[in-house]
Amino acid sequence: MAVTHPEEVGAHEHKPPFLTRWLFSTNHKDIGTLYLIFAIISGLLGGYLSFMIRLELMEPGFQYFPDGHAFSAFATAHGLLMIFFMVMPAVIGGFGNWFVPLMIGAPDMAFPRMNNLSFWLLPVALICLIVSMFMPSGTGGPGAATSWVMYPPLATSGHPGPAFDFVIIGLLAAGFSSIFGAINFITTIFNMRAPGMTMHKMPLFAWGVLVTSWLLLLSLPVLAAGLIMEFTDRNAGTGFFDPSMGGDPEMFQHLFWFFGHPEVYIMILPAFGIISHVISTFSRKPIFGYLGMAYAMVSIGVVGFIVWAHHMYTVGMPVGLKAYFLTATLIIAVPTGIKIFSWLATMWGGSIRYTIPMQWALAFIFLFVIGGVTGVYLANPGLDTAVHDTYFVVAHFHYVLSMGAVFGIFAGFTYWFGKMSGYLYNKWLAAAHFWFFFIGVNLVFMPMHFLGLQGMPRRYVDYPDVFAFWNKVSSIGAMITLVGVIFFILWVIEAFIVRRKAPANYWGEGANTLEWTLSSPPPFHQYEKLPQIK
Amino acid sequence: MRNLRFIGGTGLSATALSWANLTFAANKNGPTDGGLGMQRAVTPVMESIVSFNNVWLVPIMIGIVLFVLVLMVFIMFRFREKANPTPSKTTHNTMLEVVWTIVPVIILMAIAVPSIKLLYYQDVIPKADLVVKVTGDTWRWEYSYPDYENVDTIISNIVDIPVEEKQGLTHAQIIKKIEARPADEPRLNGRPYLLATDAPLVVPVDTTIKVIVTSNNNIHSFAVPQFGIKIDAVPGRLNETWFKVNKGEEGQTFYGQCSEICGINHSFMPIEVKVVSKDEFRRWIANGGSFGTQVSQNTQGAVKTVAAK
Repeated sequence: MAVTHPEEVGAHEHKPPFLTRWLFSTNHKDIGTLYLIFAIISGLLGGYLSFMIRLELMEPGFQYFPDGHAFSAFATAHGLLMIFFMVMPAVIGGFGNWFVPLMIGAPDMAFPRMNNLSFWLLPVALICLIVSMFMPSGTGGPGAATSWVMYPPLATSGHPGPAFDFVIIGLLAAGFSSIFGAINFITTIFNMRAPGMTMHKMPLFAWGVLVTSWLLLLSLPVLAAGLIMEFTDRNAGTGFFDPSMGGDPEMFQHLFWFFGHPEVYIMILPAFGIISHVISTFSRKPIFGYLGMAYAMVSIGVVGFIVWAHHMYTVGMPVGLKAYFLTATLIIAVPTGIKIFSWLATMWGGSIRYTIPMQWALAFIFLFVIGGVTGVYLANPGLDTAVHDTYFVVAHFHYVLSMGAVFGIFAGFTYWFGKMSGYLYNKWLAAAHFWFFFIGVNLVFMPMHFLGLQGMPRRYVDYPDVFAFWNKVSSIGAMITLVGVIFFILWVIEAFIVRRKAPANYWGEGANTLEWTLSSPPPFHQYEKLPQIK
Repeated sequence: MRNLRFIGGTGLSATALSWANLTFAANKNGPTDGGLGMQRAVTPVMESIVSFNNVWLVPIMIGIVLFVLVLMVFIMFRFREKANPTPSKTTHNTMLEVVWTIVPVIILMAIAVPSIKLLYYQDVIPKADLVVKVTGDTWRWEYSYPDYENVDTIISNIVDIPVEEKQGLTHAQIIKKIEARPADEPRLNGRPYLLATDAPLVVPVDTTIKVIVTSNNNIHSFAVPQFGIKIDAVPGRLNETWFKVNKGEEGQTFYGQCSEICGINHSFMPIEVKVVSKDEFRRWIANGGSFGTQVSQNTQGAVKTVAAK
């Protein structure tokens, strides 16, 4: 796209003092930075929890955990941390805050103070979650061992202690944070695009965040309602989910998955946007089938709301309902396929450079296809009966999240790191991060497909000896992944120590969205004269 | 392969055989260490699941993944910066976009049709010859036979030692401890640790059995992989499923594990199903749920009732 008035650099460089700047921040870039730091901290915590899970499962028997409760408490906290406190803050709060205003030519977010509130609710939520791990559960040791799905009666009468109340309060705080953020993004994108930046010229990352924001706005209140009903069941004598009082525990599962399925698209759609920009930049070609790509995301978002019960095929649903949810779920494969093939078509005829972000993006495409076809597999209730609640499911959703969303985050982080920090990173350290991580996560999760087909159930602290081989392979993969994470920390620290100055557009031709017309890092307040898009 | 009826007899038997060889390791029961596919099927439903998995869906999945991989590697090589320094400016090709929308739709329909057939076969319960009621409890299973009042509810617990005594022990050491118990306590007797119970569910071979499942407290899930069944045990609800173990499987024991998180001992409430011949099952019922050889006088009536069924 053509820009007639690129921003003059450093027009207004007045930065507030440290505490005011970071605690009372209303600047979208500072808030984005806070979100990213927060996501890295949560990611390391959640990674520690998952590493302990893999250590325990490396051999049959009890090695590190005293009982199944402690193990499940770790797994529960791992799931909640990675979803609500790592992936969502990184892709929506972090990259969304940083790059949606820059890409659409807006000086800041629509509601800067609400933006600040959105962020600061998250540390409160995280503290609640961490505190819950040390509170009595009422059964077994400390912590909530409900798994992240929090089904009653396990989460109500099964966990009488305060641990699970802290989880509810924490998730409500995180939910409000996301709802405020969603309102902010929707308003910003609808009202603050630069002159000439029509919806159909808007970069795909902004499209991804827009669709995600609508999903958050519509699905999170349903989760909040379910959680509040659990809270009153636990503390106020209601019986929404208690059969002895006329309630129905399965009702919660419907409420949860009405939120839970859009939630998986909430995590992946912004990553789709990031991948589109990375592929286009390093193929030196505009994205292929732009409108198809944008509306594929919209249709994934819409259909995502009518498929939730495919997570519940074994609860005892009427057969006709299962047939409906099977059909509706398969439909999602069509827009997803459009995205995959459009990325490949963008590369076709391009002049491809294998930079670090491009490596993450290419790995993303391939691994997301694997996670996608196992998703089609799980959509079939006939087969789901065999693999439901087994490691096959764990393998599937880690291929789309731990490889999909997380690879998207790393693609974005290595793509925009120089733009955000003003410094270039060491290519070899970043490449080591990629390769150890890539090999590690595949070794962790590929064997889980086989374990699942063989029937190994999820959320087990100890397993029969016949599952030993693939569990060992998987745990070795976790150790390789850990090396990758260490390289990640190393290249970030190295970049801030060595301070190689990044030029405004360090990727050169191909990087043609608006953020590349600004300096690296961009001025504290950008676009005092709005750019004109032709 | 009778189950090809779900696929409509496509000529994929070569793929099926190679994959099946990986799957059915030497006719054994239960999972295989290092195994890649599903467990050996012993009911018509599970045979259908395995065949849909092996002959149809997994080959399609592998085909799609390989197609994308090969295409991507080709593009990465052919259009690298050195080989193609000037990029094209193409951003649209309507024909191509129509094709990659239509072809996936066709593939999905080819999956959906046999999948829905399988679903209805699995979920529509045929007329049952025997009803078994399964109740999940924290953390054990209870089995009862509503048709036979003389058989007491079977309470099925795992054969294990307390968790405090297990810390740091390998399974071999734990098994040794279990086998060293006094004679009146349950032992493994060669059955797999973490799957064996002190009282199995006993069912006859070649009989359509309806399973009614519920729970006393938390949600559990009753699953026997080789039967192709998995159904949640939900308090306040009666769920149902069915199975019919193939002829020739009498005398075999099959295992399953609770498949919905239910608390601290979720990992320790296995399901053990002993399949017996119809005659033996009649004797077992007549004996009030015992494998003793003598049929007591007061259960003669029950024998007649069972024999009539």
